[in-house]
Amino acid sequence: MAASPHTLSSRLLTGCVWYLERRAMRDSPHKFMHLFRNVNKQWITFQHFTFLKRMYVTQLNRSLNQQVKPKPEPVASPFLEKTSSGQAKAEIYEMKPFSPSSLSLSGKPNEEEVIELESASIIEASVDVGKEIKDEKQWKEMKLRADDLPGILARLSKIKLTALVVSTTSAGFALAPGPFDWFCFLLTSVGTGLASCAANSINQFFEVPFDSNMNRTKNRPLVRGQISPLLAVSFATCCAVPGVALLTWGVNPLTGALGVLNIFLYTCCYTPLKRISIANTWVGAVVGAIPPVMGWTAATGSLDAGAFLLGGILYSWQFPHFNALSWGLREDYSRGGYCMMSVTHPALCRRVALRHCLALIGLCTAAPLLDVTTWTFPAISLPINLYISYLGFRFYADADRKSSRKLFFCSLWHLPLLLLLMLTCKQPPGGEGDKGEPQS
Amino acid sequence: MAPGRTVRGTLVPPLCRAVTGRGRQLAPERGAECGEAAPSRVSRFCPPRKSCHDWIGPPDKYSNLRPVHFYIPEDESPSEQKLRELRQETQEWNQQFWANQNLTFRKEKEEFIHSRLQAKGLGLRAETGQKATLNAEEMADFYKEFLSKNFQKHMHYNRVFHVLIRSSVETGTSVILPSPSSWEKWPWRGCGAS
Repeated sequence: MAASPHTLSSRLLTGCVWYLERRAMRDSPHKFMHLFRNVNKQWITFQHFTFLKRMYVTQLNRSLNQQVKPKPEPVASPFLEKTSSGQAKAEIYEMKPFSPSSLSLSGKPNEEEVIELESASIIEASVDVGKEIKDEKQWKEMKLRADDLPGILARLSKIKLTALVVSTTSAGFALAPGPFDWFCFLLTSVGTGLASCAANSINQFFEVPFDSNMNRTKNRPLVRGQISPLLAVSFATCCAVPGVALLTWGVNPLTGALGVLNIFLYTCCYTPLKRISIANTWVGAVVGAIPPVMGWTAATGSLDAGAFLLGGILYSWQFPHFNALSWGLREDYSRGGYCMMSVTHPALCRRVALRHCLALIGLCTAAPLLDVTTWTFPAISLPINLYISYLGFRFYADADRKSSRKLFFCSLWHLPLLLLLMLTCKQPPGGEGDKGEPQS
Repeated sequence: MAPGRTVRGTLVPPLCRAVTGRGRQLAPERGAECGEAAPSRVSRFCPPRKSCHDWIGPPDKYSNLRPVHFYIPEDESPSEQKLRELRQETQEWNQQFWANQNLTFRKEKEEFIHSRLQAKGLGLRAETGQKATLNAEEMADFYKEFLSKNFQKHMHYNRVFHVLIRSSVETGTSVILPSPSSWEKWPWRGCGAS
């Protein structure tokens, strides 16, 4: 403790020792000892420190440093942390069996053993110190930078999911009968987008310790401390209030009420229910079904049969999508205490997914009956509905990761395509024949 | 088995606060300051003196939670102190729960794998020398069992966590609303259970 500490990367030190070992293997032992004695001069002072844990290492001779290329510091991540500490331990085990017999010197066998033991303990302590230094370097100041904020807020609000929600709302708006009001459409889209951002941010605020423990969610902004909880909640409020206000006073009160209901269902029902009962999946499906209904009510001002049909299509779509996704996350759900069908009722999980794939065929057939689309729609949507039903059946029968992934990825393109087909087959207002025909 | 760290479920004692010092002016020794002001993990991290923000560390290898080293401003009001201490306690409580949860899960998973492999008549190592594992479908029984066995424990955690979140939001609101000008001063403070 008397000498002032110098800083050195532990990797440099460890790298030097490995280099020495390799050279000893290759060259004659005399050269090894010669090198070691040179290093030892620095290391005698260094040894004084190494037996006191968590002190900084001293700087080595430059001539040795030049012969070793230090590795760059790894990016902080739990996996890398675990891997590198594991590797360091493995290196210690490799070093220890280095027997004195390979150092066939003329005399002084004790010195060899002492040097070898010292080198092993130096390595251990240096690895410990190295881990400490690395650990300290991974601490980050929680200072928000203005250029980072848009990206952080995008991740906080789950911008891709929000975009999907807004597009389903837009589809609902476009499919509703009546003249297309661009201004109302814009207000609806912005209002729904803001409401979705708010709901997603609150959800992330509630789930920080759970998200930290799941691979899929461990890089979220609140988990990583890129944004403070205060800022996250403030952002959510700043999205929810104008969003709902826009929907209520800019569009109509019914749409505003549905927006509030959806935020409430998602943050106060679905989020806590995830850890209480498998019923959360059904509540979540309702949450996903409401946006196109909002689009419809924004255009028409009322909850018609067409609104329920659209809602029904989105509701049914949620099950193959989510159940297939959850099949690969069973370990994380179990450890995190999440009650999901894939863990507690696996057969039900697959059955429900298949059931709702088939329901999509029925709902698409009902669309022309409710004057939402022409009869072309059930015909042209049949291939993709049959395909997703086939994958749903494969998932039901095989119950493995491969079939679940295929079903999940199919659901990602199935929904946008289905909505597009619906739009092209929209039932024209009476008298304008060609408008709603599909473009071939 | 707590992984070698002391869990303090009580508030930081006044003595430690004196040692820690407001604005780090009174901190005499690096070890004492960091040992008392830091969260209950063994890390001796100490932020630079001139920093006036919280610091967040790498994920803990047992709990996967990132510890936060809370900054104590010189002019910290009683409600701000209450909020900071609440966040500190929440952090420690979460650390204890999740470290225990993950260790228990890992241990029981290993036991399950061993028992299944023995039932199959297989050794713990495959012919290649690598550790033998079960596939996801075979592990499904374990996941279901673990979840149902620990259901009450998870419910208790959820209830306590809900109370902590509510307290944090209430305390945070009471800190922010009386003096909105103070919000600019420290954008990193406030309600939250992380």
